[in-house]
Amino acid sequence: MSWVRITGTASFPLRQGRKVVIQEHELAVFNLGNGKYAAVDNACPHRGGPLCDGIVTGDTVVCPLHGWKTDLETGHVVKPDICVRTLRYEVQVEDGMLSIKLPAAASLY
Amino acid sequence: MIGNGMAGVACLENILKLPNDLDITVFGDETYPNYNRIMLSSVLAGEREADNLTINGIDWYQKNRIGLRLGVRITAIDRKKRIIRGDDGSVTEYDKLIIATGSSPVIPAIEGIGKSNVFTFRTLDDTRGMIAAAREGARAVVIGGGILGLEAARGLQLRGCEVTVVQLKDSLMNRQLDATASGHLRDKIEQLGIQVLAGRTAAAIQGDNTATALTFTNGEVIPADIIIIAAGIQPNAWLGRDAGLACNRGIIVNGHMQTSDPRIYALGECTEFNGETWGLIAPLHEQGRVLAAVITGHPTEPFQSSAAAAKLKITGLDVFSAGEYLESEGTGVVKYEDAPLGIYKKLLIRNNRLVGVVLVGDDSDSSRYMNWFRNNTDLLVRRKNLLFPEPVSDRGEVVAEIADAETVCGCLGVTKAQIIQAIHEKGVNSLVRLKETTRASTGCGSCTGTCQSLLKAVAPDFEADGNRVLCQCVPYSDDHLRGMIRTQRLRSVQEVLDIYGDGQGCEVCKPALSYLVDVVWAGDHNEDPSARFINDRVHANIQKDGTFSVIPRIRGGVTSPVQLRKIAEVAEKYNVRMVKITGSQRIDLLGVQKQDLPKIWEDLGMPSGQAYTKGVRMVKTCVGTQFCRFGVKDAIAAGIELEKRFENLYTPHKTKMAVAGCPRNCSEATVKDIGLVGQEGSWQVVVGGAAGKSVRKADLLVTVVSTEEALEAAALFFQYYRENANYLERSYDFVQRLGMEKIRKDTVYAQPPVRKGLLQRLQKAKMLAKDAWLDRYDKSHRGQFVQIEPAGRLQ
Repeated sequence: MSWVRITGTASFPLRQGRKVVIQEHELAVFNLGNGKYAAVDNACPHRGGPLCDGIVTGDTVVCPLHGWKTDLETGHVVKPDICVRTLRYEVQVEDGMLSIKLPAAASLY
Repeated sequence: MIGNGMAGVACLENILKLPNDLDITVFGDETYPNYNRIMLSSVLAGEREADNLTINGIDWYQKNRIGLRLGVRITAIDRKKRIIRGDDGSVTEYDKLIIATGSSPVIPAIEGIGKSNVFTFRTLDDTRGMIAAAREGARAVVIGGGILGLEAARGLQLRGCEVTVVQLKDSLMNRQLDATASGHLRDKIEQLGIQVLAGRTAAAIQGDNTATALTFTNGEVIPADIIIIAAGIQPNAWLGRDAGLACNRGIIVNGHMQTSDPRIYALGECTEFNGETWGLIAPLHEQGRVLAAVITGHPTEPFQSSAAAAKLKITGLDVFSAGEYLESEGTGVVKYEDAPLGIYKKLLIRNNRLVGVVLVGDDSDSSRYMNWFRNNTDLLVRRKNLLFPEPVSDRGEVVAEIADAETVCGCLGVTKAQIIQAIHEKGVNSLVRLKETTRASTGCGSCTGTCQSLLKAVAPDFEADGNRVLCQCVPYSDDHLRGMIRTQRLRSVQEVLDIYGDGQGCEVCKPALSYLVDVVWAGDHNEDPSARFINDRVHANIQKDGTFSVIPRIRGGVTSPVQLRKIAEVAEKYNVRMVKITGSQRIDLLGVQKQDLPKIWEDLGMPSGQAYTKGVRMVKTCVGTQFCRFGVKDAIAAGIELEKRFENLYTPHKTKMAVAGCPRNCSEATVKDIGLVGQEGSWQVVVGGAAGKSVRKADLLVTVVSTEEALEAAALFFQYYRENANYLERSYDFVQRLGMEKIRKDTVYAQPPVRKGLLQRLQKAKMLAKDAWLDRYDKSHRGQFVQIEPAGRLQ
């Protein structure tokens, strides 16, 4: 497990997502407002849609392809009512720099 | 009956319901059949057409064998001979006489008041005069800060005037509101951009034949191009007074609406009962009901005055007051105030009974309070949640709480039982039909919500009349939201969600609100990319694998070798996976990576085709007279011009257009949202066609001679659709919902100022609209296309 420094929080506009690529692995990172950020795998559990391009509503994101809604606090899909989830990563902000906690680097491949 | 106003006609409607052998004649000094005077403010504000105000047309009088004499003013009553005399020399005998002469505006003692641009606000003619005088930039002064004055002020402002309201007293609506409520109202009025001058007395109107300025007793002078007198009303009691009937301010009546002469009755605003006179509609309907029973010899309870409700009819500005409004000894007060939002609610309670209610900023609970009034409800068990009822999950429950005998529509006196009867026995299933059948909700409109809930709960095949709410996050209709956005000056999606919604929104309402704030402010709003669907953030259409498609604008489907070569080069350079000719005579580059989009736009050097958005797609054309042997119109030139005029604008749903050079219709114009079909000597402009999920032949909007006229007709419909359709409502649903007759009346056949207004707003939006692909030069927009890589190293 290790923290990876990504970039300044200014790159993450309010209530929007951005794609973060770490060695070919895609994450979607969101600015949820009030200093809250979230990171999940950039693939909707439905058909792999790019979650970073979804509309953020409160603490959830709506996939742009078919409208599945994922809770960014837990990674669980909340619409439709189905028990699947997206992997979630811990995020921290220090001195305006956003970092993400990744499992051992190797497991990303 | 002397008088053809709302009170008199309400009485007639009730008389007709009862068995009787009366031979009725009605005299009215206006030249219109009876109309809904309450709604004149909406006419002035441009929300309603003057033609739609008629309550009962001439045919109604004929059908019910009621003699109608319009434009005749009764000048005298001779009680000995039992005759009345008209100003046309007519003499009419009566056995029973009803005086329903209403009231007149109070004309304050101001020097020089008779000038041509000084109006009162009472009749349809007054309103027409004001509309004719109002023009962009005119300075209007309204004397009187009561309901009528404020509604006049707002109406004139919506017609482009700079408006000042002058109030004698220190506070607005001082006969309905306490100082706090009045303060919030004043803030809201001023936020709308209307200036308020309180504590002033007008002294003189300056100018020769036309007013130019208004002078106050304190010496102040303000310039004025239009002056409105709205300083209150007084009963038209002089006919009764001259005839020797007992009168004070009004003609005195007893509980059976009888005057001091037992053959003469009176009702409405000309009367006085227990020392009270009237200016609101609800008690007048009650009087009409009592009098109808009395005059036809049926038993009835006598009239009792009850708390009348006053509602300010300014869209987006809720003000409601009923009963007492000032605290007094022995009165309990329940209050809520949210000063930043300007929401204020006050209930006055005595002996556990409601005796007064004042609501500013949110009057959604007004019908609940009115029911407590009417039923004299004991509030003891409800004291814990008078202002905030426990939220009900089942909307039917609210409806279930209303007793059958309770009045739902206070203006027209319609009970819940009558509404349910109409639903069951007459198959009423929409608000429109409920209005026709029972007249409920045709007065002030404050019971519309309750009527809707009743319909929803009771009618098996309820139809929502297009007044669907946008979504649960902001539970208002598109129309309502447009009003709120305009009047509350909300310029961003988040502001609307914070004030009227749940603060978050969802994927349904956020794009819809984005469109609404854009169209209300004609592009002059605060754009928030986070409220947009990804397509509108990156100006490309997302595909199933997360790549995008790029369709440049090729106006009228006419391209060139240079353009084709460029497209080919771009396709190779960026490894475009597929190049496809679309059904819209355009070229689609598919499988593009998001980060390549700005570079591709740059290399293409062509504008966006808006193929990814709810906006102006294309104008499909045939070759027309330029090559075709059969062409009678230059379809290509007209199509390219049409596309140029509307391109880069957004619409409630996608808008596809086509121009055909002859009736063979090769460009399929009759299945497009807007189509121009050329024929020998003229163009047919057709709208509302579709060839998608459903196939629908477009309706003819108008036939015109010149191409310019055809383009203008298309523009009128286009802007009308932009302003009035619900978000995601295609033109073919829109035309079916409104009906072509109404659409024609509001667009191509509308009054010149209305047409001009549509075209001007279109022009303003067009001036602010730009090719979305120019965002590639906008630094703040670049973040949309980047993918971020870690700054730190992986360990």
